[in-house]
Amino acid sequence: MGSSIETLVNKEYQYGFVTDVDSDTLAPGLTEEVVRLISSKKAEPEWLLEWRLKAYRRWLTMTEPHWPNVKYPPIDYQAARYYSAPKSVKPLQSLDEVDPELLATYKKLGISLTEQKMLAGVAVDAIFDSVSVGTTMKEELSKHGVVFCSFSEAVHNHPELIQKYLGSVVPYSDNFFAALNSAVFSDGSFCYIPKGVRCPMELSTYFRINAAETGQFERTLIVADEGAYVSYLEGCTAPKRSTNQLHAAVVELVALDRSTIKYSTVQNWYAGDKEGVGGIYNFVTKRGKAHADAKISWTQVETGSAITWKYPSVILQGDNSVGEFYSVAVVNNKQQADTGTKMIHVGKNTKSTIISKGISAGEGQNSYRGRVQVLPKAEGARNYTQCDSMLIGNKCGAHTFPYIEVANNSSMTEHEASTSKIGEDQIFYCKARGLSTEHAISLIVSGFCREVFKELPMEFALEAQQLLGITLEGSVG
Amino acid sequence: MLKIDNIHARAGEKEILKGISLTVNAGEVHAIMGPNGSGKSTLAQVIAGHPGFEVTSGSITYGGDDLLDMDPEVRAQKGVFLAFQYPVEIPGVTNAYFLRSAYNEIRKANGQEDIDPMDFLDLMEKKIKLVDMDPAMLHRSVNAGFSGGEKKRNEILQMAVLEPKLAILDETDSGLDIDALRVVSGGVNALKRADNATIVVTHYQRLLNYIVPDFVHVLAGGKIVKSGGKELALELEAKGYDWLVDAA
Ligand SMILES: Nc1ncnc2c1ncn2[C@@H]1O[C@H](COP(=O)(O)OP(=O)(O)O)[C@@H](O)[C@H]1O
Ligand SMILES: [Mg+2]
Repeated sequence: MGSSIETLVNKEYQYGFVTDVDSDTLAPGLTEEVVRLISSKKAEPEWLLEWRLKAYRRWLTMTEPHWPNVKYPPIDYQAARYYSAPKSVKPLQSLDEVDPELLATYKKLGISLTEQKMLAGVAVDAIFDSVSVGTTMKEELSKHGVVFCSFSEAVHNHPELIQKYLGSVVPYSDNFFAALNSAVFSDGSFCYIPKGVRCPMELSTYFRINAAETGQFERTLIVADEGAYVSYLEGCTAPKRSTNQLHAAVVELVALDRSTIKYSTVQNWYAGDKEGVGGIYNFVTKRGKAHADAKISWTQVETGSAITWKYPSVILQGDNSVGEFYSVAVVNNKQQADTGTKMIHVGKNTKSTIISKGISAGEGQNSYRGRVQVLPKAEGARNYTQCDSMLIGNKCGAHTFPYIEVANNSSMTEHEASTSKIGEDQIFYCKARGLSTEHAISLIVSGFCREVFKELPMEFALEAQQLLGITLEGSVG
Repeated sequence: MLKIDNIHARAGEKEILKGISLTVNAGEVHAIMGPNGSGKSTLAQVIAGHPGFEVTSGSITYGGDDLLDMDPEVRAQKGVFLAFQYPVEIPGVTNAYFLRSAYNEIRKANGQEDIDPMDFLDLMEKKIKLVDMDPAMLHRSVNAGFSGGEKKRNEILQMAVLEPKLAILDETDSGLDIDALRVVSGGVNALKRADNATIVVTHYQRLLNYIVPDFVHVLAGGKIVKSGGKELALELEAKGYDWLVDAA
């Protein structure tokens, strides 16, 4: 690698914003009292409180997992605060008060002025009323019987659906972080698409407008009834900062017979400074259950967080169900990511595809961890896994941990892996055509990720590509 | 346009160019010939700015400016173009997108706006005919899985689109069959103008039947051992390089 790349790798990436939140905050520590308090503040029904308490008690018996290939100092769970209701966000008066770096990033991402304001916590003028946009969308959705609301609202308005499906894919006992989330989750989103309905819009714009209030222990539940279709977009390309270092979200997807859920994520949480100080620990449990002839497709672009621990998975429960995982994970500086997927083939003729692209720069460590499990009854199951790593510079690392277990002999799995370095020759070739080093790297990396980007909803694919460019421009090259 | 003055260059510890001087004026075509390993590609790469070579002494000016002081992309933006002997593959990036990015970078450097994508398509349609390339190639990844000949044609397509002032073709002829050679050199000739110049690096005199040089230089052991007119190429064809290399 030439010195030019090294220099760019060492360049600083600056962004972030913290809104001034005047909140109603509990004292630190986690006890049964705290769990009860959270539930009562939300006026939850008894059964949900019971569920939280069971989760809490289970959590007490569990230990934090240390098998991921990431290193961090011990987390003191009793030092964290578990409830903090944003009472009033003091809005800034104009964009002039916002970190110019952040605005520059928004601008590069092509985010509209109004949205920039919403994301940065600036008071929005009368021309644009987010509530009315939200309402228009909600009206359109409810015409089709689609329910899309906050988790807390759903608990009150659709208790039967929540009670039926909450924990049906990720039980509270699933793992340490899922148990913690189940005990103390703050809020999140709920989405229900009725039988045979094709959700009339990408659930994206709406989400982004609301994205600024993402919590620390988020809970998302999406249910697609028989024959339904939904494309859901989580997150935002705009960098987001959080005052909470530990994030442990749970996402459950239920795809009933013949339905399709496409779940796309762009994660750009604050990654910390060059030394990794202050970045988010993102420990997420995401899983979907696909019933007969259903399809669940996860697409993720992960560029943020100091530590990412995340394995969006699919239980291919029904015959002929399909699971897909398309992932781009970028690490830079001291970022660490241990991410991948699990495809559990239960039904006959189930199919799964895994395309993982890991990019490591700086001193970043990127691990792909995937498990393909074919159970005895999953006759004729198929899996295709392709796992490519790209290294930028000499100080980063890429690791792959594929586990394949096949318990019948009518199934086929195929695994391909590659590791490449961005070559000086590739960069020079681009430069010899007039492209800067930064532009060259962004182009080469986008090309490397193309198979994943093409799975994202169109407008978002462009944003993700730009995001990658910007991330690399600032932090890699 | 280009003035190379007593250039010495090395890769690592190995000195490859040992004092080369060459002046190229607008409107001229120069051919650089010589045996394998004599330093032809190194000279081409040094002009384009490859970071793998260190210029230890001598100077190069381009349009009166110090070329060695410019980053490779700046050289390209100012009209220097190298058709690579071994074009590089960029998986996942389409040829069309790559070309448009390059085209827009050069426009930007000249204070112009990005080209309208539709206008660019029109431009491509015209240029692609010049090199007789299948338009489907535009939507394939840059050079990935291209045959040797396709890669060379693709270099000429890039040249046709970017319209450089100084084009250096490094063994663009090797690996081409006669038909392809005719097409490629036809393309090069079509782009020739009074205000641009071409340096053709080649191993064989064959190409010079199609691209007629004003000057021929023989490079051996990192030095220009002989210069002459186009008839020198014919002499080399008949006598080989040995008599020159031995003399040097
Ligand atoms: N990057 C490099 N490192 C070390 N030696 C090199 C490098 N590039 C070229 N050389 C050597 O320099 C000499 C000239 O190479 P080159 O310029 O490619 O010759 P030509 O193009 O005339 O065949 C050869 O001996 C070659 O092995
Ligand atoms: Mg050569």
